[in-house]
Amino acid sequence: MAARRPTLDVLTFHGVMIGLSIIALIVLVAPSAVVLIVSFTSGFSLKFPPPGWSTRWYVELWNAWQLQFAAKNSFVVAAWSTGLSIVLGVAAALPIARSKTLSARILDSVFMSPLVLPALAFGLAGLMFFSAIGLPVSKVTLVIGHTVVCVPFVVRNTIASLAQLDPVLLECSASLGASRITTFRRITLPLIKPGILSGGFVAFMSSFDNVPVSLFLRDAATDMLPIRMWQDLEGRLDVTIAALSGVLIVATVAVMILMERVTGLSRRLA
Amino acid sequence: MAASGLRRSIDVSGYDLRLAMPLAGFFAAFFLAPLAVLVVLSFQTDTTGAHWGVTQYVQFLGDAFSLGVLASTLWLGVKVTAVCLVFGWPVAWLHARSGPTVKSLIMLIVLLPLLTSVVVRTFAWIVILGRQGIVNATLMSLGLVEAPLKLLYTDLGVVTALAQVQMPLMVLPLATALSRIDPNLVAASEVLGAGEWRTFAKVILPLSLPGIVAGSMLTYAASITAFITQSLIGGGQMLFMPMYLYQQASTLQNWPFAAAISIIFLIAVLAVVTVFNTLGRLSRGFAQG
Repeated sequence: MAARRPTLDVLTFHGVMIGLSIIALIVLVAPSAVVLIVSFTSGFSLKFPPPGWSTRWYVELWNAWQLQFAAKNSFVVAAWSTGLSIVLGVAAALPIARSKTLSARILDSVFMSPLVLPALAFGLAGLMFFSAIGLPVSKVTLVIGHTVVCVPFVVRNTIASLAQLDPVLLECSASLGASRITTFRRITLPLIKPGILSGGFVAFMSSFDNVPVSLFLRDAATDMLPIRMWQDLEGRLDVTIAALSGVLIVATVAVMILMERVTGLSRRLA
Repeated sequence: MAASGLRRSIDVSGYDLRLAMPLAGFFAAFFLAPLAVLVVLSFQTDTTGAHWGVTQYVQFLGDAFSLGVLASTLWLGVKVTAVCLVFGWPVAWLHARSGPTVKSLIMLIVLLPLLTSVVVRTFAWIVILGRQGIVNATLMSLGLVEAPLKLLYTDLGVVTALAQVQMPLMVLPLATALSRIDPNLVAASEVLGAGEWRTFAKVILPLSLPGIVAGSMLTYAASITAFITQSLIGGGQMLFMPMYLYQQASTLQNWPFAAAISIIFLIAVLAVVTVFNTLGRLSRGFAQG
């Protein structure tokens, strides 16, 4: 290989492929980097490059009680939805993972369908349904709606890790006299835990970030963070939003690196 | 002994389907029932609910404005998917042939946008594409343009921002598909005298078809429903199906018409998903056969 001189063919192919992928990778990273840089501006606008540097907008964030209130709501709803998704999703994934029966296949596609259906249409449907049965919108309806759109992530990741589980381990455990509950607790659960964790992480992030379902299923008193940010952006371009985005980006990256260490997130989602 | 061992192996690794019942019940009550209510409401002729009929559908399908919104939404999805494919395929290709460190670095770069808030990502594009944004600042300092270009609230802006936001959905299935290709096939093609471009066109690209189909489906479905990015980058002049639905439901309180829009949109998305699923089956058969 080393002796062969690179031909025009090799050069153009590699040039085009590497060129396109470098452009793509830069474009993937650039927006987050730009937001981080702009959030440290000393000015009042989102001018790039900033006229000077300061941390004033992060200090401003400290006093932005509306954003903090919305962030707290989003966090609480995401935590409940993730918990509910994990309990319901893992229980459902256990039988579906190894079953070839038609009913298991049908359940699997139903549980996955919120991933491709427009969430806004589901949000509207949920609002109509809750108003038809006379249940007023509240944090409860929010958690229910978010769970429907978040549970597919838990089901998919848990099924994937169950599929990699060697059944011989379960046979060994059983032949050594362990009960099914013990086998589940001591063998199955520790081995599929990374899958459950990464599914739960993605479920949490998508609930925290959800706008379409929240728009319809929240009550007037429950402000949600992404909706608050969206409405702020529609009105005026506020640098406080840049500081808040900076906090969210850094938090996401930190948790991502942690999850990569604990669960090998990148291998799981690929 | 062998028979009892076999029986036990089925026994211990399988779980009763009844464990899926809580989630099935939850979905029946809070996913399928709401969708049923949506269908029923779409057949009301007015907001009072006194009469039933297909008025709402006739109104949508007979109205050039509504059909235009549907068409521009579906066309937007095609453009975004094409851009994601052209740039996403090389990323997956680079990922497949890199060492472990570069591999996980690429993967983290791809996953970062997927996990950051959509509002944050869209906000970033407002900063980049705005009148005082990076693109305009660079072009003006180089003297290429006199006045700032209008990039926000344009078709180009929406496609660029959406392509970045949805790119991970294209790259992830492609990376899986490319890593499954037997490297011997590529080597064989080269030994037989095919150059890189020919190997790409005749071997790698066809074998990556299952990934292309899966990635295109996810990207397409996500970009036509991506209502935050569409409304913030597109602005008021460009109307797509999700915002149209939201305006009718929320601002105008016209629930029956909003329900009909939702059903038409759902059917459009399902049709696209079905087409891609069929293509996916064909391409898997092709890639394995």
